[in-house]
Amino acid sequence: MKNEAVIRRSGATQVLALPYVAWMCIFIIVPLALVAYFAFTTSEGAWTLDNVSRVGEFSPILIRSVWLAAVSTVICLVVGYPLAYIISRATGSRQRTMVMLIMLPMWMNFLLRTYAWMTLLEKNGIINRLLGMAGLGPLQMINTPGAVVLGMVYNYLPFMLLPLYSIMTKIDNTTLEAAQDLGANWRQIFTGILLPLSAPGIKTGVTMVFVPAVSTFIISRMLGGGGQLLIGDLIDLQFLGNAYNPNLGSAISLVLMVIILLCMSIFNQFGSEEEMEGILL
Amino acid sequence: MEENAIISLKGIVVDYGGERVLKGIDLAIHDKEFVTFLGPSGCGKTTTLRIIGGFVDALEGDVFFDGKRINDVPPHKRPVNTVFQKYALFPHLNVYENIEFGLKIHKVPEPDRKSRIRDMLALVGLTGYETRHITQLSGGQQQRVAIARALVNHPRVLLLDEPLGALDLKLRKEMQIELKRIQQSMEITFVYVTHDQEEALTMSDRVVVMKDGNILQTGTPEDIYNEPVNAFVADFIGESNILDGIMRSDFVAEFAGVVFDCVDKGFGQNQRVDVVIRPEDIKVVPPSEGKLRGIVESITFKGVHYEMTVEGHGYKWLIHSTLAEEPGTEIGMNILPNDIHIMRRTEDEQ
Repeated sequence: MKNEAVIRRSGATQVLALPYVAWMCIFIIVPLALVAYFAFTTSEGAWTLDNVSRVGEFSPILIRSVWLAAVSTVICLVVGYPLAYIISRATGSRQRTMVMLIMLPMWMNFLLRTYAWMTLLEKNGIINRLLGMAGLGPLQMINTPGAVVLGMVYNYLPFMLLPLYSIMTKIDNTTLEAAQDLGANWRQIFTGILLPLSAPGIKTGVTMVFVPAVSTFIISRMLGGGGQLLIGDLIDLQFLGNAYNPNLGSAISLVLMVIILLCMSIFNQFGSEEEMEGILL
Repeated sequence: MEENAIISLKGIVVDYGGERVLKGIDLAIHDKEFVTFLGPSGCGKTTTLRIIGGFVDALEGDVFFDGKRINDVPPHKRPVNTVFQKYALFPHLNVYENIEFGLKIHKVPEPDRKSRIRDMLALVGLTGYETRHITQLSGGQQQRVAIARALVNHPRVLLLDEPLGALDLKLRKEMQIELKRIQQSMEITFVYVTHDQEEALTMSDRVVVMKDGNILQTGTPEDIYNEPVNAFVADFIGESNILDGIMRSDFVAEFAGVVFDCVDKGFGQNQRVDVVIRPEDIKVVPPSEGKLRGIVESITFKGVHYEMTVEGHGYKWLIHSTLAEEPGTEIGMNILPNDIHIMRRTEDEQ
């Protein structure tokens, strides 16, 4: 099958590829090179490693970013996986309605949604007022790591759900019935069939949640107050904030990129092993 | 309950989406028997199979296995295995791993697993395909893997849901013989679902003809073919001439305006009946010698025989004959008493 799909490289296809090559150069390669250039130079343009070595000063922020993003990703997976399964097993019209309900909040502006959470979680917010009526609280909810995780899960859950849902609709019910027929209980069907077959969806979902979550700055600023600074906020400060230092900002961006690549490659390694060992019940 | 029945169904009623798909099925399946559910699509044959497999819950009625009620036993605890219509192989596993799945679940030790899978691959003719991926197999090969995957667990009963439906004619014929051979050599009860009457007649010890959620007739292939209970069964089980007739008395029937001797009795005098005559049972004779006469309308060569349509006595007669007659010629037709099948009108029964 693969051999048949070989694309013949002729002059025509290369000409047709040119706009894309140009696009990639202008909008991907050049900006990346610029970031790298700024990261390794001073504001006067002289070569230096100071910026990169200074990133170490911010390691608590780096660790917090990765930690909060990882927690959010895991919560998204735990919430999204069963939900995606339930939706994928529903009948046609119900399936469409449920996907619609998931997508609906995404049509509203991202900032607005996060503001809404602020008013809910505030000291004098709706939740605390309701708790007060019951004689409880007030609880400190806003400006905590929990609020940041909540904001991330709320905003990024659809990005976990949709790839999982789309891969699960491809898993035929009879495949699961066949496993049951061969004596597998629900746990064995999950580990032996469902998990390995949905692994590509898990990988995509985790990537699509973890990457934006680790570099977000709006959620942490609005729901985390000043106390929950993340890498995204740090980079933002270097470019648009008081700490104006694009060279340092570029260096942090570069380090963040390396961290993301590392995290994803570790995860993918783990994922592919899982896939192979899936059958070991 | 019948003696030595491995599976029996008692008054099974199933509703699906507000529609009654099984209307009280009673059936006993004997040990080591090859039983086929035969019927048009939507007759409830697959639902009956899924009742036995445990994938469908009955609204009313009981399922017994070896005399024990198993209504509430989930599919993974039933001593039956299924070959699914579209095979339902595990796409992420290779041939060996697919067959191994059930054995692993049942914690069969590794060396035992190996030898059982090897034997099974030999049985279905796939030795050497162990590491092949499912996507690299043809339809027929996937079919064999599905059968091996089910049989390797040594089920007491194997359920097969139209397993040969997706195969071409030649392969289907081969697999029919193969399945029958496997069933006999392994001494397993096979419950087989098909809409192909020829397949049912070729392979089965017993055929269960179904329509609209009811069992119309149960019997050996010969019984079903030679003594269909009504015109529907007769027509479904093979091509037939179905005529309006009247029983003049016991052993005497009138149809197509002619009185014939027959072998049926027990009908009321002048009761209206369906008369079923198989195309191969009409003998073509010279016009002067025929009790019936007709003009040949068309003739088609079918290999072993010719198929003719003959116009006469207000009917179009379907005839299978080894003799060819030119369209337009007049012929005579005779029917032996034994070949005239008298049936109560289907509409009278309801």
